[in-house]
Amino acid sequence: MSFILVYSFYENVDLAVDVAAFQFSNWRELFTDDYYHYAIWKTLRMSIIVTALAAVLGYIPAYFIAMTRFRHKWLLLLLLILPFWVSFIIRTLSWIHILGNQGAINGVLQWLGIVEEPVAMMFTELTVIIGFLHVFLPYMILNIYVSLEGIDRNLEPAARTLGCTPWQAFREVTLPLSIPGLGAGCLLVFVLTAGSYVTPLILGGPDDFLFGNLIYDAIISELNWPMGATLSFALLLLLGLVVVAYSRMMGLNQLYKAFS
Amino acid sequence: MKKQGTTRRYEQLRERVGNGDIDRRSFMGLLGCAGLAAGVVGKPMDLFVRQALAAGTELYFEGWGGVVSEALRKHAFDPYEAETGNKVIDATFGGEEEVLTKVKAAGNTDGHNILHSSGITWYKRWVDNGYDVALNEGNIPNLSLVMESIMAPFRAITPESLSAVPYDFGTTGIAYNTNYVSEEDAKAMGANLLLNKDLEGKIGGWGGDWANRAWYGALQSDQDPNNIQDWDAVWDKAREHRALVAKYWESGAELMDLLAKEEIYVTEAWSGRVAALQAQGHPIGYIDPKNGLAWMESMFVLKGSPMEEAEQLLNFMLEPATAIAVAEGQKYPPSLDPSKVEMTDVVKGLPAFDPTGKLDGLVFRDPDVWTEVEKDQKKAWNRVKKGA
Repeated sequence: MSFILVYSFYENVDLAVDVAAFQFSNWRELFTDDYYHYAIWKTLRMSIIVTALAAVLGYIPAYFIAMTRFRHKWLLLLLLILPFWVSFIIRTLSWIHILGNQGAINGVLQWLGIVEEPVAMMFTELTVIIGFLHVFLPYMILNIYVSLEGIDRNLEPAARTLGCTPWQAFREVTLPLSIPGLGAGCLLVFVLTAGSYVTPLILGGPDDFLFGNLIYDAIISELNWPMGATLSFALLLLLGLVVVAYSRMMGLNQLYKAFS
Repeated sequence: MKKQGTTRRYEQLRERVGNGDIDRRSFMGLLGCAGLAAGVVGKPMDLFVRQALAAGTELYFEGWGGVVSEALRKHAFDPYEAETGNKVIDATFGGEEEVLTKVKAAGNTDGHNILHSSGITWYKRWVDNGYDVALNEGNIPNLSLVMESIMAPFRAITPESLSAVPYDFGTTGIAYNTNYVSEEDAKAMGANLLLNKDLEGKIGGWGGDWANRAWYGALQSDQDPNNIQDWDAVWDKAREHRALVAKYWESGAELMDLLAKEEIYVTEAWSGRVAALQAQGHPIGYIDPKNGLAWMESMFVLKGSPMEEAEQLLNFMLEPATAIAVAEGQKYPPSLDPSKVEMTDVVKGLPAFDPTGKLDGLVFRDPDVWTEVEKDQKKAWNRVKKGA
């Protein structure tokens, strides 16, 4: 981290040619150029959307796995982590074969006669969101599951005997007790989304980029490491703030639980 | 009992020496006995020789992936490995920027030996950054078969010696789906086919190369691409194109996938990739608009590489039979001079093939002109690409 910070003060005089210096032009550019501010806004927005959707979509399977009386629960957990055995890039690319013009969904729609021409679904913000959810959802589910597993199984029936409906029992007892896991899952998904750049590159259109793509441009395309270091450190700070805020509200213990 | 291999037995023996279970004298004695036994039996020694050959020098090659890599693997690397015992470890890069970033970050070129390098501009950049070598041309006799016209720009940068051998060339023209765009329309519109509003959402573009976009922006704004005076006009055309684009592709494989799956109908495209799609039966047409972009590729040897083995591989790759087979596989004409080497009909039919070997009809980037503006204009393109 110190190296990245020091490098952010260097000066890029030509492509791939940096000079050791202590100057603030990279930081000044970051603070004064709306191009970067817009990318930060897009990144935060996308991260919030993905996190919210992952929380809703992740809770259901996590609850099911935690509450099921199925004897081989380990099998369900194995199924959850099975996708990790496949490369992240391959998993992302697979959506082209599902949502593409000649993909599975369009194939079925045309076969059923619902549409005559393929429906354009690829290379939009929606496909990027789907790609993120596909990859990051297991992190959310695992965290919520760990939290739900730790809840005393007698609490919900106890609430029911005191007159709660099933929904009330869930809302008043189970949900509040699972908040730490939900929060940990949200933190992970938020941070992972905000730091991504490959998913928009593969599944997005020209308008779909995140702050990470700007870092990629600076370092790989423009060979401007000092600017890349500045942007990387700025992202690190922003995400660090999110982690600090989470830590103050929830504590970081829940995160350790999920991975222990 | 599990059967043990020779290597495993030797390792166990060495381990026992390390643990102090056997003294060094006994170890050497046992090793000598093993050698004697192997010498008497003979066959194991043959195996050792073969193992030693198989464990020859490793050369790391990075290229463009897809059909290009397949052609190189099949027609160049596999036969080279079989003949020499050296091993070529080939990988796909995302572009030479990626490799330069990696070697700069690592502080050395370990794991990087030969690059399928793109054009003169990158040759100059590798040289300027001190990653070049001096090839011993005496070890590459097939270099005499390469077109002088394609070697001249490289020699202009490093007059004393070459650090790469020119290997192939091609053009970046416009590919179109013939089911949706007629040949007449494509030819009539030329570079402006990429700005056809009727095809909004069905147009693609190469996102990875600022110079390619700028070249087409220059053509669309009626400027000489090698003498651009109005950069604002160039980027305005790029913005106009962007508004119609479904997807900027980042690799040849992605380009082919987008065209084959009809996600896009029109895009600028590399001639060889289009020829590969046509060979697969896809309804894809191709035009080189007036002053369309031509380029050449070289096999660049990075500093720190095992030179003799690398030169041997380059000479092998330039062997007419190999170079022609690779050309037919990757669909780009070889750098070999057609006036010195008899080409096959397939090669003669490839886009951009020049039977004279002079390449007069093709327009290449002027490396001095394009390198000078690259830092600023590359940054400009990255912003335009994102809607700025």
